[in-house]
Amino acid sequence: MKIHEYQAKQILAKYKVPIPAGDVASTPEEAEAIAARLGKRVVIKAQVHVGGRGKAGGVKLAETPGEAKVMASQILGMNIKGLTVEKVLVEEAADIAEEYYLGITVDRAARRNVVMVSAAGGIDIEEVAATAPEKIAKLHLDPAIGMMDFHTRILAEEAGLNPAALRPASGFLKALYKAYVDVDASLAEINPLVLTKDGKLIATDAKINIDDNALFRQKELAELREQQEEDPIEAEAHRRGLTYVRLDGDIGILGNGAGLVMTTLDVVQREGGKPANFLDVGGGAKAEQVTNALDTVLLDKNVKGVLFNIFGGITRCDEVAKGILEATATMNIQVPIVIRLTGTREKEGQELLRGSNLIPAASMQEAARKIVDLVEAP
Amino acid sequence: MSILVNKSTRLLVQGITGREGEFHTRQMIEYGTNVVAGVTPGKGGQVIEHDGAQVPVFDTVKEAVQETQANCAAVFVPPPFGCDAVFEALDAGVTGIVCITEGIPTQDMLRVYRFLKESNGWMIGPNCPGLISPGQCKVGILPGNIFIPGNVGLVSRSGTLTYEIVNELTLAGLGQSTCVGIGGDPIIGSSFVDVLCWFNDDPETKAVVMIGEIGGNDEEVAAQFIKEKMTKPVVSFIAGKTAPPGKRMGHAGAIVSGTSGTAQAKIEALQAVGVSVAELPSEVPALVEQALVS
Repeated sequence: MKIHEYQAKQILAKYKVPIPAGDVASTPEEAEAIAARLGKRVVIKAQVHVGGRGKAGGVKLAETPGEAKVMASQILGMNIKGLTVEKVLVEEAADIAEEYYLGITVDRAARRNVVMVSAAGGIDIEEVAATAPEKIAKLHLDPAIGMMDFHTRILAEEAGLNPAALRPASGFLKALYKAYVDVDASLAEINPLVLTKDGKLIATDAKINIDDNALFRQKELAELREQQEEDPIEAEAHRRGLTYVRLDGDIGILGNGAGLVMTTLDVVQREGGKPANFLDVGGGAKAEQVTNALDTVLLDKNVKGVLFNIFGGITRCDEVAKGILEATATMNIQVPIVIRLTGTREKEGQELLRGSNLIPAASMQEAARKIVDLVEAP
Repeated sequence: MSILVNKSTRLLVQGITGREGEFHTRQMIEYGTNVVAGVTPGKGGQVIEHDGAQVPVFDTVKEAVQETQANCAAVFVPPPFGCDAVFEALDAGVTGIVCITEGIPTQDMLRVYRFLKESNGWMIGPNCPGLISPGQCKVGILPGNIFIPGNVGLVSRSGTLTYEIVNELTLAGLGQSTCVGIGGDPIIGSSFVDVLCWFNDDPETKAVVMIGEIGGNDEEVAAQFIKEKMTKPVVSFIAGKTAPPGKRMGHAGAIVSGTSGTAQAKIEALQAVGVSVAELPSEVPALVEQALVS
């Protein structure tokens, strides 16, 4: 789950990671008042869950409170990559001596948290990692030990930071690591990390992603999830407890199990079709469950046909067929539905579907071909 | 022969009185798995009876192991208790852990993994369907009826996609030594390489099917292992060729971030070391047959 910069900075403040003084504003007047209170040159930054806001004009410098008001009015309501800016962060402009990069994330391959520091701030870390990996100092942390002072010295030295940064880096890194672990982050990125002219380290930007699996114990953070920034159908699907991802095609796809549904998308595209979504119905085959899932797929008005791909394991194919028949009988469905049932008692399942207006298919490929033909037919 | 689980596996089920735990305990007993104990804190003293088996329930894993000499644990507890359950099993000296639970936080798994590597145990999962040595023992939620004993080892990050491919293998008369679902999370107890290594050492396994998907680089690491160490042929299938970047496709670990973790990169890495990669799941049996002949 992504959270906004200002929300990430609230977490940092709680853990005593230095951030610039500032506050969040929803109106130009609020922005003006914050700038007046700070009494200094301020930066005004759009709060949206996309990268590249600076290039899009979502970050501006204001010398006076009056200017802050004007700039805020320009940024609020702005559309950045399809998202409307509803809040701006107004904060003291830092007195920058140097800019660094700092990130903590999970290294899947190493099965450890990894801290990355680079003297090249404001960079695209993925690009630097690909083109000039020697510019990034990396350290894997043992979860039983965590971040020690000596780790911070190794990182600062290997990254080639200004010697003036060495002392403040220790407290900064330890505090950030503690925040990262405590809030179950999957990423904590400070880019740029600013060394000020008076020798302080400040997080002028902050990005924190939270592990979705940990939201049950991060209740305050879970409430920050913003429905408005999600696709409306995805948001509705999540409310219904479904694993749904919206795509931009016209063939609705349902199946049981993430790997099987992913493969179904691949096979449909191989046959020349365009999937409208990914939907994992999960185990079981109750009519209610099927109705819920089918209804969600059909919320997308681009959907011109549906492909149902089921592997019957412990839940047998005949039970699945009954569930699907019961569900479709109660729904007024205007688009063709192709069903492919494989696995335990598949013959019995296919027999049950005979005579209904559901179109059976014997293999995944045949199912894909059938639905692609039906959707393409005028 | 087989890997990890067999006739001598003495299984303990953590979360045995929960809905999933109890249902699948019954399924495992019907398959022939020797379920010797269950653990649910506060439910010690109960007995689960099924198919002539009587499974005593204990409050702690320690007590269950002392009383029944269980050597393998299946974890069915809800995600907030998953980390504790795995630690408890390792602490009690259980050597094999199969964690079915989906939704364990990543930071918990990092701690579990660290502890696991210091122990002499192995772990499959979390967020996995479990594993089965056909005709001998099933630990997890896999549908036992689609498997037949034989010489093909299978390792996969997925559940139903595994069943789909196993079903094809079985219909083609290609039996399996052991099938292992390693799980769809970013941090898992055993990687492809761990399982490939076990299959490499198992005399009964003649060929291995590896089913991967987008996200991470376990398949690429496996390709390197296959090149350097694997003495048996490997056939592969990779799901998610058309998945858009940045979207989590169901599994927490199935996400393409930037340019890393794409299906194409995995397929190329595997083909480069001589692995036959199937375009469709239905092509897997023929590729396995070819691999066994050559």
